[in-house]
Amino acid sequence: MEALLYQVSSGLANGIIYGSVALALVMIYQATHHINFAQGEMATFSTFIAWALIQAGWSYWAAFFFTVAVSFAGGLLVQRIVLRPIEKAPVLTNVIVFIGLLLIFNALSGMLFDHTIKAFDSPFAKDAWFDTKYFSSHQVGSAGVLLVVLFALFAFFKYTSVGLAMRAAAQNPDSAMLVGIRVSWMLGLGWGLAAAIGAVAGMMVAPIVFLDPNMMAGILLYGFAGALLGGIDNPLGAVFGGLVVGVLENLLGAYVIGTELKLTVALVLIVGTLTLRPDGLFGKKVVTRV
Amino acid sequence: MKPLDRKWVWIGSLLLLAVLLVLPFLVKNYRVFQFNLVLVYAVAILGLNILTGFNGQFSLGHGAFYAFGAYTAAILMSKYGVPYWATLPAAFVVCFVFGFLVGFPALRLAGHFLALATFALALAVPQLLKYKKIEGFTGGVQGLVLDKPQPPFEFRFLDQPLSSDRWLYFFTLMVAALMFLLAWNLLRGRVGRALVAIRDHPIAATAMGINLPMFKSLTFGTSAGFTGLAGALGAIAVAFVSPDSFTVQLSIFLLVGLVVGGLASIPGAIFGGIFIQYVPNIADELSKSAPAAIYGVLLIAMMYLMPSGVMGGLHRLWARLRANSTG
Amino acid sequence: MKLRTLTLAVAGIASMAIAGSALAQKKYDPGASDKEILVGNINPYSGPASAYGAIGKAIGAYFDMVNAEGGVNGRKIKYITLDDGYNPARTVEQTRKLVEQEEVLLVFAPLGTPPNSAIHKYMNDRKVPHLFVATGATKWGDPKNFPWTMGWQPNYQSESKIFAAHILESKPNAKIGIIYQNDDYGKDYLKGFEDGLGDKAKSMIVSKLTYEVTDPTVDSQMVSLKASGADTFFNITTPKFAAQAIKKAAEIGWKPVHYLNSVSASVGSVLLPAGLDNSVGIFTASYLKDPTDPQWQKGKEWDDWLAWMKKYMPSGDLKDVNIVYGYTAAQGMVQVLKQSGDNLTRDNIMKQAANLNMTLPMLLPGVNVKTAADDFYPIERSQLARFDGKTWALFGKVYGR
Repeated sequence: MEALLYQVSSGLANGIIYGSVALALVMIYQATHHINFAQGEMATFSTFIAWALIQAGWSYWAAFFFTVAVSFAGGLLVQRIVLRPIEKAPVLTNVIVFIGLLLIFNALSGMLFDHTIKAFDSPFAKDAWFDTKYFSSHQVGSAGVLLVVLFALFAFFKYTSVGLAMRAAAQNPDSAMLVGIRVSWMLGLGWGLAAAIGAVAGMMVAPIVFLDPNMMAGILLYGFAGALLGGIDNPLGAVFGGLVVGVLENLLGAYVIGTELKLTVALVLIVGTLTLRPDGLFGKKVVTRV
Repeated sequence: MKPLDRKWVWIGSLLLLAVLLVLPFLVKNYRVFQFNLVLVYAVAILGLNILTGFNGQFSLGHGAFYAFGAYTAAILMSKYGVPYWATLPAAFVVCFVFGFLVGFPALRLAGHFLALATFALALAVPQLLKYKKIEGFTGGVQGLVLDKPQPPFEFRFLDQPLSSDRWLYFFTLMVAALMFLLAWNLLRGRVGRALVAIRDHPIAATAMGINLPMFKSLTFGTSAGFTGLAGALGAIAVAFVSPDSFTVQLSIFLLVGLVVGGLASIPGAIFGGIFIQYVPNIADELSKSAPAAIYGVLLIAMMYLMPSGVMGGLHRLWARLRANSTG
Repeated sequence: MKLRTLTLAVAGIASMAIAGSALAQKKYDPGASDKEILVGNINPYSGPASAYGAIGKAIGAYFDMVNAEGGVNGRKIKYITLDDGYNPARTVEQTRKLVEQEEVLLVFAPLGTPPNSAIHKYMNDRKVPHLFVATGATKWGDPKNFPWTMGWQPNYQSESKIFAAHILESKPNAKIGIIYQNDDYGKDYLKGFEDGLGDKAKSMIVSKLTYEVTDPTVDSQMVSLKASGADTFFNITTPKFAAQAIKKAAEIGWKPVHYLNSVSASVGSVLLPAGLDNSVGIFTASYLKDPTDPQWQKGKEWDDWLAWMKKYMPSGDLKDVNIVYGYTAAQGMVQVLKQSGDNLTRDNIMKQAANLNMTLPMLLPGVNVKTAADDFYPIERSQLARFDGKTWALFGKVYGR
């Protein structure tokens, strides 16, 4: 029984990680209607920047907020410089550029910070009041951070005019331009925000999985799966999807199929769920005009 | 086409044929091996193009079909002593069936969802291949070592023998030519128009009487068959298969080759094959500490210069030349 | 009579002189000349295994130093290293490039079991030395069938047999849980361990779990292992996952007798991030000096290594044991070249490689490099060590031939 609880709790803890990455993916999708394959590598790179600052003597929270700011600027710049020339190009062209960015960021991380794993401290003290048997203080803290980001995002999209403008720009760029929305800048803003969220995700993940250039490679897929399961246009759904993926991954691996076919089972699960609910668990059905 | 143009096309084609036939005897064996791989990747990309370029179904998992074709050939050759050329139809059929089956759930998925599902397939394949219950067939993590086919006859040209590599190159060239011909024939008629119609206006296509589910699944199967056959050719050329040869990176490279060559373009597949075979080597020569970064930069540069791939770029160039000559 | 004896004597001396100079004549195969020796290498500089690219770089840096100090027998080593991204198809291509285009004399330290498996037959068919392959797989020391291929490091199976022997000695009723990477490296370690336990393997091993390199964490497996009731733990993981495993075990309050494979036994790169307190009592069996272990950070060997790092590999990570690996392997290669003298044929290279008997500065004391015509395993010795919170305390005998 205790083992089961541990499996579920560590599944939920992993799920929080996947949910955070899923949030960044949803952010990008809502802003640009593209899935950014380079999200994970950018998040890793941001985390390395934070690590370097902490090594240089900065306090954790100073490094944290500075990194988030730098990542925001970085994401914005990437969109303005690298992606703007191909804004009008076909979807797959953009996908290839994302892949190129993925390779570049990954190689940069390896080249600048080499491949030995690095410990990344958690800002949440080990013996804090919210440290429990099944959830370490860091896991609880990360969940809290995730909730904060989630609600901030939710409020941003639903209640602010900038958020509305961003969604409009992604959904119908031509009409949005006619109404006076600067579509191009909305895309840049979206990228900046996604990069910032990614940086937060990376900094929450690193204390658990240790920091190295390939930290996010495995996580990105599960984050992707979580985002799609929950509905690619729904932040809350994405987080829920991430949690589901985390728990199921653990339970299936431990009790059902064993660890040797875990990926295959995950595949079957994803395909199965999407076959039954093609827009994800919480996605909105998109109705197109004939 | 003007008679003058026709003449140039004929001359160009004959020249190309001459080059393809003579070149292997002018260069070292290992270069011929590289040409062979270019052809193999070109056929694989052609398969992907049928599905993604012409029919609009995103697949990030075609490496899986390549792997299954390769393993089919490897298992038949090493465990059952089947001659190498006989494994090709087997690989095609096996992968066709498999692709057809994958096509069914794919019917319900579109765009990003299909990309995710196929991506997950590509990720799961190495793990599947390592599964200990089928280790007897697949060789498990150690993989299978194959014997390299020998040329069936002696031949010398320009003072160079018909080596195993050269023979395999000609074999692959013949098979590739056949596959390209098949694809061209398939796609230029009603089938091709139906595929494109499904891609661009699925609802209208259904209204016109095209049986969408059947068509899409058959397309998936055909596409998988092509790529699986390429996998078999690749396995024969490299003479080795292992789960690590078929990671998700292969699927991504095939997609890269597709876009670089040009979507919905049959000759584009050849440029795609050239790109994914040679550009990693170029990147390696430019930088030892981060060859992947160089590759990424070259990819992005390629997309800037030619967002519609090499064929798109060539079409634009051709149009400009014609405009200049007539204007 | 005297004249005849004299003539005979002169003729004898003359023929000996001619024969002698024939012996002293230089003999070259492709890749060797008066000026340089072409040494080929293949390493993953891109892709998921790119962490091991440090080995290829370290080898190059060591050769740089050798060349700066005059080379080997007056010849410079020209080092050609190519990237295969850990993809066997690419390994085949790059190896053929090295042999057929660059025409190297030999291929040294290609990395990884699948890549080497892909070129195993080719190298032997071509009769090109395939030396000191950088993997611990057991199949590289087979001179009868593959006379051109030679391993280097203690193979994984022999290491896990040492652990098995220790468990049988010290804790014969142990209940063993194992986690292993689902690839050739993991499975090779597992096989050696099960073979080492013999008949008792089935009864002693209560849980065997795998993980993939793409898994984000091994937390789930650790929980399952604790739940299986195991009180002994064999940890076959690469550094990142080893650190995760050690940390998680501490978090869930599982304190088994812990055997850690040497691939992940670095104090600075694994135990420190995982928590030095969490790592007390872990056993391993090593053959190389861990550069982060305080007990080796003194003496001439250390000073030499540090000086070499500073001058020839300034951007290298001082904690990275892969660099020590490359440094040591390169020293082995240089010794083979030295012993070959002016007879730089591929035959003689293999002969000299099968004729080694030496120690190298960054090997643990008691570990040597020894080969013979029927022994293609250069390094076979290793010693058990126990982590005491600061350093790996060696104990017991030195295992291996």
